[in-house]
Amino acid sequence: MNVVEFDVVELPATDHPEPGETAPEFTRPLVGEEYWADASLSEVVDDGPVALVFHGMDGSFPATYMWNEVRDREWGRRLQVVGVSVSTPYAHRRLIEDREMDYQLFSDPGAGLADDYGVAHDLDGMAGVTEHRPAVFLIDGDRTVRYAWVSREWPEFPDYDEIEAAVDDL
Amino acid sequence: MANDQITLYRLQACPFCERVVRVLDEHDVDYESRFVEPMHSDRNAVARLTGKRTVPAIRDPTTGVTMSESANIVDYVEATYGDGGA
Repeated sequence: MNVVEFDVVELPATDHPEPGETAPEFTRPLVGEEYWADASLSEVVDDGPVALVFHGMDGSFPATYMWNEVRDREWGRRLQVVGVSVSTPYAHRRLIEDREMDYQLFSDPGAGLADDYGVAHDLDGMAGVTEHRPAVFLIDGDRTVRYAWVSREWPEFPDYDEIEAAVDDL
Repeated sequence: MANDQITLYRLQACPFCERVVRVLDEHDVDYESRFVEPMHSDRNAVARLTGKRTVPAIRDPTTGVTMSESANIVDYVEATYGDGGA
């Protein structure tokens, strides 16, 4: 009988923003259903707490599964939900349309935010590509991190129930 | 984003849009760029604003003006924010 070996790939620990710390400020194109425009994290949190969701490039299966789950759980009814990946605004537009998600996505093609947030991921072996590993930060109106999860395996998905409990505590 | 900022709807690599960008920059006019898709059918935000789907298009909350067509916009910016303007 053949046993399929399945090794989960471990990712190294990172130095990411922890609860209580101020989330690093940034400005990137923020893509919505109809257009994109530069926006800063401060501008976003001015409208209330946000779940900042880092994910692999649009079209990868973990990104698809995660957004389906977040959409179905209707997190948008409880706080702002904003994604980040290395994909272009054009690809983000397609993801928003395909997944029928009511959420905006930051475009960070140079993955500069991956270093700022300690979520860099260059494991997949595509030459010249660094992207963001799955991660979720809950950030309040003062730009203070209230919850942080950064994946340590590839693939790994957020603990959605735990995040919802943290949202209740905001 | 200041509320009195001009909103400019533009398309990447559109020379008519760049023409408007140049005149806004020349006159130090503050604006927010909103980028739209090449497909006209994907430009509902522009259609709601001007009744057309062409870019460039601007909205100037200070004067209440919305308009499209780069030549019109250039004339408007020069008249409103140029030396002879308000």
